[in-house]
Amino acid sequence: MTHQFPALSPEQKKALADTAQRIVASGKGILAADESVGTMGNRLQRINVENTEENRRAFREILFSSDTSINQSIGGVILFHETLYQKDSSGKPFPALIKEKGIVVGIKLDKGTAPLAGTNGETTIQGLDGLAERCAQYKKDGADFGKWRAVLKITSTTPSQLAIQENANTLARYASICQQHGLVPIVEPEILPDGDHDLQRCQYVTEKVLAAVYKALNDHHVYLEGTLLKPNMVTAGHSCSKKYTPQDIAIATVTTLLRTVPAAVPGICFLSGGQSEEEASLNLNAMNQSPLPKPWKLTFSYGRALQASALAAWLGKSENKKAAQEAFRKRAQVLACRGQYVLSGKTDAAAMQSLFTASYTY
Amino acid sequence: MTHQHPALTAEQKKELSDIALRIVAPGKGILAADESVGHMAKRLNQIGVENTEENRRLYRQILFSADSRVKKCIGGVIFFHETMYQKADDGTPFVQMIKDKGIVVGIKVDKGVVPLAGTDGETTTQGLDGLWERCAQYKKDGADFAKWRCVLKISEHTPSSLAIMENANVLARYASICQQNGIVPIVEPEILPDGDHDLKRCQYVTEKVLAAVYKALSDHHVYLEGTLLKPNMVTPGHSCPTKYSPEEIAMATVTALRRTVPPAVPGVTFLSGGQSEEEASINLNAINTCPLVRPWALTFSYGRALQASALSAWRGQKDNADAATEEFVKRAEVMGVALLGE
Repeated sequence: MTHQFPALSPEQKKALADTAQRIVASGKGILAADESVGTMGNRLQRINVENTEENRRAFREILFSSDTSINQSIGGVILFHETLYQKDSSGKPFPALIKEKGIVVGIKLDKGTAPLAGTNGETTIQGLDGLAERCAQYKKDGADFGKWRAVLKITSTTPSQLAIQENANTLARYASICQQHGLVPIVEPEILPDGDHDLQRCQYVTEKVLAAVYKALNDHHVYLEGTLLKPNMVTAGHSCSKKYTPQDIAIATVTTLLRTVPAAVPGICFLSGGQSEEEASLNLNAMNQSPLPKPWKLTFSYGRALQASALAAWLGKSENKKAAQEAFRKRAQVLACRGQYVLSGKTDAAAMQSLFTASYTY
Repeated sequence: MTHQHPALTAEQKKELSDIALRIVAPGKGILAADESVGHMAKRLNQIGVENTEENRRLYRQILFSADSRVKKCIGGVIFFHETMYQKADDGTPFVQMIKDKGIVVGIKVDKGVVPLAGTDGETTTQGLDGLWERCAQYKKDGADFAKWRCVLKISEHTPSSLAIMENANVLARYASICQQNGIVPIVEPEILPDGDHDLKRCQYVTEKVLAAVYKALSDHHVYLEGTLLKPNMVTPGHSCPTKYSPEEIAMATVTALRRTVPPAVPGVTFLSGGQSEEEASINLNAINTCPLVRPWALTFSYGRALQASALSAWRGQKDNADAATEEFVKRAEVMGVALLGE
């Protein structure tokens, strides 16, 4: 505890910090395109497209072959393992396609949830075994950041002390290993929106969880300037009868972050957690416009909330490629944190459709 | 852990937050005038003055008689218990003299260090017994903030996990009790500058200590917006052979704080820890010009570094009182200017 055994050299630190800052530079955010095979199945099913490897490849190609100007809104893309090794129709590997636009490539590193015995249905995350070797390989293959999603839920008895502490600890181990291999770890302690709890309850739980996460990161000697945080926004539970405005959500969220996230963390990229494309944009905008101080960048790491319109425009048909790309480009643009997003007059159905799936697992 | 039982009402939070912001308002810092009787003995000894209650009263009167020039550079004064109940020659209570200048009154509430058995000479701090009642009384008597000092030291095997955890816990208990009584707690986890360790070692230890402190404050449901932090600057040990510039000290200090102190904390009021008046203001200035983003006020809570000149000007002579007061005012103004980062 009293002597330092430096985990990283100054060069390693600089590389990590530079990558983290590039991802969240100038209002850019992250496209979370790392849906597992099963989750992609859900997405494709909604538009009646079969969940084949080719269809998954085709849809990702639509996103990644967007015009280069997409790099003004998107700073990083998170890929699933399968996708990292897929190619576009001309045979170009997806990582190369993304990197040549100046966008940073990321890789999902966790291996899903595992139950915590003796708890009320709570979980931890697996994936630490051989993680060092996997990180080294992914780095060679083009990735510069990683993502690991821990999941907590709010009920009358959860999250428990064990769940908070265990998930914080695994996040810290993952982060430490990533950094050793030149990958910026995105730390994602998602507190699910399932439940009827109000905004205050979510705020309280989020504060406790984030305090535990940052204590664990400190204990594990993680270099904060070379990390990003991917938290839930502070919102009421999905079945909460009380309604809150984007401003309520903004204040609760930013207050929580001010109380727990050190200023050394360069960026906070919110998950959309089942919010519709509209809501996710309005809430992020409200945060960036709120008068509260923000020593970190506040941006997005959205999956559903960036892709829903594009999926609906595509419908599995190659002739719809341009329309799908345009839908994606527009959504990315409004999100790019310039605090100018205004609720669109005629909202299209896909944008408004709540993307909530109970107890969401990737 | 999952249900909140709010410790404070919205009104209580607002009151605490307002007090904290007043203390660290732009350009202002704290005069730490809370030296215990024993501590004052050392100070007075150095200028050949006897350590009597009257001499301590006369000395504090010199400081508190400062004119309105101090209003723009002093946001709070920390008192020792005895001083809270002393008066000026004309019968005006000291507390009132300070409040009349629009300065917030604070009170030292810890009861000194005690050993932690089984450690290499480490300590914790006592004072929790009856703290609630004491805080309630001090609030009635004019105090709006308090101070509690924990002490850690750097050596081959220290600070140990126990020392860090125990001191963090006791600071959090103190902070929680203060807030319940409308008093803003200044949280002071001082890491002594004794030793030959270098700047990096101090930075590493400071980061570990502050991370533990803020985890404990979160665990104890302390309202961060209604607290202040009084840490050491990150410096090499006193006997370290390597010399560092004020910019290096500033960079190490601000980096450590950025990694551990949540932006919700309104202000960081550094202790001077044995630095000379000169050093203390130069380092503070460098901290305020450091190019890193600093989301809290960064100011001073100085004892020696604000009083040394005044003490030696006074030397216990009544005729020197005005000159001594003037020395203090000048030093306070210099500190205020150091904050502006010019």
